[in-house]
Amino acid sequence: MAINFLLNEQPVSVDVDPAMPLLWVVREKLGLTGTKFGCGIAACGACTMHVDGTATRTCMLPVSSVAGAQIRTIEALATDGALNAVQQAWLEHQVPQCGYCQSGMIMAAEALLNETPDPTDADIDAAITNICRCGIYDRVRAAVHRAAQLRKEG
Amino acid sequence: MARKRTTLGKWTRRSFLATAGIVGGGLALGLTLSPNRLKMADPDTAEKGETILNTWVKITPDNRITVLTPHAEMGQGAGTGLAQMLAEEMDADWDQIQIVQAPATDAYTNSDLGRGYIVGEGARIPAFAYPMLDFAFFKISENLVGQLTGGSTAIRLTGHHGMRRAGAAAREMLVKAAAVEWDVPAGTLVASKGTVSDPKTGQSASYGALAARAADFTPSLKPVLKSPDAYTIVGTSRPRLDLPGKVTGAAQFGMDVTLPGMVYAAVALPPVLGARATAVDQSGLPTGGGVGEVVNIGRAVAVTADSYWTAARALEALQITWDGGQPDLSSDTIRAAQDADLTDKEREVMDRDGDVDAALERGTPISLNFSVPYLAHATMEPMNCTIWVRDGACDVWVGHQNQIMARNWAARRLDLTPDQVTMHPVYLGGGFGRRAEMDVISIAGAIGDKIRQPVKVIWSREEDMANGAYRPAILSRMTGTVEDGKITAIHHTYIDADSGMPDSERPFGLQYDIPNRNIARIKCPSPLPVGTWRAVDFTQMGFFHESFMDALAAEAGADPLAFRLDHTSDPRIRAVLEHAREVADWETTLPAGHGRGIAMVKSFETIVAQVVEVRIDAGRAVHVPRVTSVVDCGRVINPDAAEAQITGSVIFGLTAALYGEITVANGQIQQRNFPDYDMLRLANAPVQAVHFMESDHPPGGLGEPGVPPVAPALANALFQATGERIQTLPITKHGFAVA
Ligand code: FES
Ligand code: FES
Repeated sequence: MAINFLLNEQPVSVDVDPAMPLLWVVREKLGLTGTKFGCGIAACGACTMHVDGTATRTCMLPVSSVAGAQIRTIEALATDGALNAVQQAWLEHQVPQCGYCQSGMIMAAEALLNETPDPTDADIDAAITNICRCGIYDRVRAAVHRAAQLRKEG
Repeated sequence: MARKRTTLGKWTRRSFLATAGIVGGGLALGLTLSPNRLKMADPDTAEKGETILNTWVKITPDNRITVLTPHAEMGQGAGTGLAQMLAEEMDADWDQIQIVQAPATDAYTNSDLGRGYIVGEGARIPAFAYPMLDFAFFKISENLVGQLTGGSTAIRLTGHHGMRRAGAAAREMLVKAAAVEWDVPAGTLVASKGTVSDPKTGQSASYGALAARAADFTPSLKPVLKSPDAYTIVGTSRPRLDLPGKVTGAAQFGMDVTLPGMVYAAVALPPVLGARATAVDQSGLPTGGGVGEVVNIGRAVAVTADSYWTAARALEALQITWDGGQPDLSSDTIRAAQDADLTDKEREVMDRDGDVDAALERGTPISLNFSVPYLAHATMEPMNCTIWVRDGACDVWVGHQNQIMARNWAARRLDLTPDQVTMHPVYLGGGFGRRAEMDVISIAGAIGDKIRQPVKVIWSREEDMANGAYRPAILSRMTGTVEDGKITAIHHTYIDADSGMPDSERPFGLQYDIPNRNIARIKCPSPLPVGTWRAVDFTQMGFFHESFMDALAAEAGADPLAFRLDHTSDPRIRAVLEHAREVADWETTLPAGHGRGIAMVKSFETIVAQVVEVRIDAGRAVHVPRVTSVVDCGRVINPDAAEAQITGSVIFGLTAALYGEITVANGQIQQRNFPDYDMLRLANAPVQAVHFMESDHPPGGLGEPGVPPVAPALANALFQATGERIQTLPITKHGFAVA
């Protein structure tokens, strides 16, 4: 049975096992590989997308549960090649190392800033629980603050 | 191993050869190590394949400069640093530069132009590379070190010996081209920012415009290198060239490779180490629904499907019979065997001086046993490999730290020649030594050989963690004595479980001046698979040495930092320690329940001292508020990227010291995913400061040296805070929690 949802504002329809997690549907059936597989048990955050605006780990999220939802992935942050504030701040602070955790980390930061435009360190600690094996945490913290500022400057 | 080393011995004194030619209307320049020029002239000799670390720079008429780097990008930013070194000597404009990872194909490694580069007089193959060399199988590439990324070599070997000369040689050729063009002496011309100009006449030409003519000249084997005072690119924080794609999701990791007609495979590996699949009952397998084939290759069983998730679900439905292996293996038995060996087996003395026994007898010796656990790499990107095998050809997409060896390995498994195997470079979602191993390519190759269509083989996190090449667990016993504030003797015996690092590169010696010493190892090979793990042996020895140093300081009633200074005359080490004292506020008083610890480890030609602060909260919760690193890595190529390597290493080291432990019971690895093998998160990450010493020394490594001091500095800080001396890692084993 087809499941319909909006992926980065485009309507999509997939005919897959309804239990298949959203991560694999997006990566393998819809061809957007920016979102990563890290653990498969919602422990690392590499697979974070926005589901109706909420940062969500999608490696255990059955695709059937997002029928009708708005899904946003890392690929949608830049518009016409122009990086958004979080991405710009990420480059300013040269955050990524290997980069594998970064899509999830950036999506978590983006959701945080949508909810809390001026986050404190404690807000960042609470919202960004993603694992980065390369250990870029100090730069994430700095870059989130910088992104908050860039967003205000508009 | 002995044979390998002899074979390589002859590589140490070799001249190098430069080649130039035209590619796409521009200049392509490669420099190559060769045994002698006569042999090089014969394209059919095996020596033809003796490219060591390849460098290739290409200038095209549109004025772009492409640097092909032989090192895999796994987060260390080596490509950008290497390009900086080349661009500097070339007097290029940084905006002209782009980097590409050199493909591991014959077109690159064996063609005259692509043969690449390196190793000037006096440089040597780092001995740790020996076991990664591929001598065995094929004439043409049997002597390739190829494209190894490990041992913190990129900058200190490829860059220092290769990139700089390639850049300088290219600049000389471009200036000569302009001199001929304008009929003026080359000495009167100036090269700057990608342009050659004549100050007298005011005429100028871009490198792109001069490239074709420049290719007519023979590159100099000994180009004149710049004085470091003139550097404008080296030593500056250029943004990493690989990062834009890593914030948009565009960067292609191995996991992201997608090919027409590709299927996905999930793999089951032996639950008991070393077991083999002898039977597979497929009766539970769902039919249809995208499930493809079941493949049993003995050391693994795979199911293919039209999605990874479907394949993984189907795999769970199989009843696999595993036989053999080591079902009796447990951490306890491994430890007991090492314990017994430590006491009973004959010691192999590595370093001895003075009379340790007499000195110990005179004093009041203290003796401590230490132990460090097995550790997994847990790269963020689980192991995976996409492979397409057909008759007489094979294409491979795999994030690997040694592309050429991976290629040869695949060729051997598939009964192909190396040039029938094409490797496609992809980004590595972390390496840390794990992606220098050959298990992934072997397993994927065998599966691909049966499937005969493009297949992406993906390890689940669980299989990845339980089938690693672990940092070895080992024991150590240190005895020493102090008289009048000075260490008079140290006796050290440790287990050598063989990490795969060759002896000549492995640390065993003390880092301080101790008059009477007796250092010995006892070999006790690990029954678990082991491998290199970000600074591997240094992380073990660093913990033993620097924890014991701290214990001796306490015994002497001395300040741990001053005590270290009292035992070294090495000016670089002294400067690092003294700087640490200042910038880490070493002499300020901390409140009760806080502690500050120091450790210093020199590895890969880089000295790192770290001061770790801890706070112990209620319920033995350990919080690390601050870590200060002082680093002497010689000349810093890119300060911002260098800082990132150190801060990242501190997190890597803290994670290991606080949580890291792989255990085995009934032959099965007990840790399967992140909650069992936990990682430090942002909320627990310390505030960090990194200070680099000003230095004109050649660059040392940076990817690894930040790791070894972390664990001892943390343990030493805990001692200051609690009076408890941590002798066994990880720290959470001792009733501590992480806050
Ligand atoms: S892959 Fe989903 S949280 Fe790790
Ligand atoms: S950047 Fe490598 S895991 Fe985060």
